[in-house]
Amino acid sequence: MQPPGESVIRARGVTKRFGARVAVRDLDLDVPAGVCFGLLGPNGAGKTTALRMIYGVTRPTAGSIEVFGIDVARDPRAVRARLGVTLQENVQIEALSPRDNLRIFARHHLLPRSRREARVEELLDFLELRSHADVPVVALSGGYRRRLAIAMSLIHDPELLVLDEPTTGLDPAVRLALWARVRELRGRGRSVLLTTHYMDEAERLCDRVLILCEGRAICEGAPRALIAERLAREALEIDATPEEEARLLAGEPWQRLRSGGRLVVYADSVGPLVARLRAQDGGDGRPVIVRPANLEDLFLAATGTSLEGGA
Amino acid sequence: MSISLPHALSVWWRNASMYRRTWKANILPNFFEPVFYLAAIGVGVGAYIQQMGGTSYARFLAPGLICVAAMNGASFEVTYNVFVRLTWEKTYDAMLTAPIEPDDVLFGEVLWALTRSGIYGGAFFLVVAAFGYAPLPRALLALPAIPLAGLLFAALGIAFSLRATKIDFLSFYFTLFLTPLFLFSDVFFPIQERLSGPWLVVAEVLPLLHPVRAARATFNGTLGWQTLWDVVYVLVVSAALLALARRTIRRRLTA
Repeated sequence: MQPPGESVIRARGVTKRFGARVAVRDLDLDVPAGVCFGLLGPNGAGKTTALRMIYGVTRPTAGSIEVFGIDVARDPRAVRARLGVTLQENVQIEALSPRDNLRIFARHHLLPRSRREARVEELLDFLELRSHADVPVVALSGGYRRRLAIAMSLIHDPELLVLDEPTTGLDPAVRLALWARVRELRGRGRSVLLTTHYMDEAERLCDRVLILCEGRAICEGAPRALIAERLAREALEIDATPEEEARLLAGEPWQRLRSGGRLVVYADSVGPLVARLRAQDGGDGRPVIVRPANLEDLFLAATGTSLEGGA
Repeated sequence: MSISLPHALSVWWRNASMYRRTWKANILPNFFEPVFYLAAIGVGVGAYIQQMGGTSYARFLAPGLICVAAMNGASFEVTYNVFVRLTWEKTYDAMLTAPIEPDDVLFGEVLWALTRSGIYGGAFFLVVAAFGYAPLPRALLALPAIPLAGLLFAALGIAFSLRATKIDFLSFYFTLFLTPLFLFSDVFFPIQERLSGPWLVVAEVLPLLHPVRAARATFNGTLGWQTLWDVVYVLVVSAALLALARRTIRRRLTA
């Protein structure tokens, strides 16, 4: 395994073009060993393409990628022997059981028989699949199938786990369970690279995140540090028309974000604003949400609706 | 990138473990189909035919039908099954997250198609032998014609389905390509005896003709230079198609 602090993934100037379309543009990426790294971005931002280049299935049009210090373009097999990938879609043989699906993936990794069976048993426990180990996959719920997909990508005990949208479409309990497993892996010194567009997932799970938009890296860092650096501490959410917004915030330097009729205002302390709102609205005050600024705010600010006012 | 045999075998093994679950239901038709053909056409129609190619009609038909069975076994595997794994089930995308390269996938699939052709063709051979239409032990020499036909139609089918953009195209492959081959490739009658001039050369292009002619030559004990040509044809055409398929599968999986 890579010593902590060294880069598991090191990408420099990576660009990928599909004809005239540029999927990834001049991307630099450093994923230190032993961290959980989140690649965030809206749909079509180039996240999956970036992952495919990292595990060496797609070649960059320009730039270079090293994983475990190995040039991926030169020896993709050596890289893939040491990392595991969970694709966005679950790819399993529906007629077979989780146990058999795991065995098949163990064969793809050329594990010898004794190790194969041992790993299958370990992973049935690790991802809590044992109760359904011999049920055909077609009869399993989405949560079980997703856990099986992750178990399959862990079959060879990889140093780096790559998860492409691991929890899309799962219920909250399954999501929590999967996050716990990811933390556990990281605790054992494994590195994790994941893509997601759930910002709560990124904020809770990732030590570092990189926001990708239209193939370009917009910002990178630890989630809390990024939020502190880019946004005020508190956020206030209300329903307000643009006219009300103009009246309410006239002359104020606060950052704000509009999405339809919903307005979010950022300030280090939103107390005075709440008071002003109450005064204006009189008796039937509109519902107000005051919360800490979070990664979702940063994501929206960085990728979607543009921030107005302030810095 | 070179082929890794262990990885290709893991692809073969994946298909085999899926098949193992259903083989009991699958293998039975493999025995019945030849019985129906031999009974209806070999014995039924054959009753009105004094002889063909120097033997009884059922004996003429038997080696050809063995090759057709091998052709079908390979063809179903590399058309519908490969297409579904490639486009809908994303099986190959998942394989390529392991240290498996597109060449290994191609090689593993062709090996598996050969296995299926062996199961189909082998079952047919047993039935033919049980009916007494296979002159033993001479007819055992026809067994290599089964993997030859399997290889040829694995290569043809996979080269085609890797380029198919819609599953509908696969039915063209069956109705416009395999069905005419089945009818005109010496299985039911010696086509070249009905042709003359340049058409003789055109008929020589028919892929199924070659394994059928080779199998029949062993049944009749008439192995010769033509048999060698038939084997060379199968190997050269298969190699060319697989070279093409290598380029296509790499393009489709690594774009």
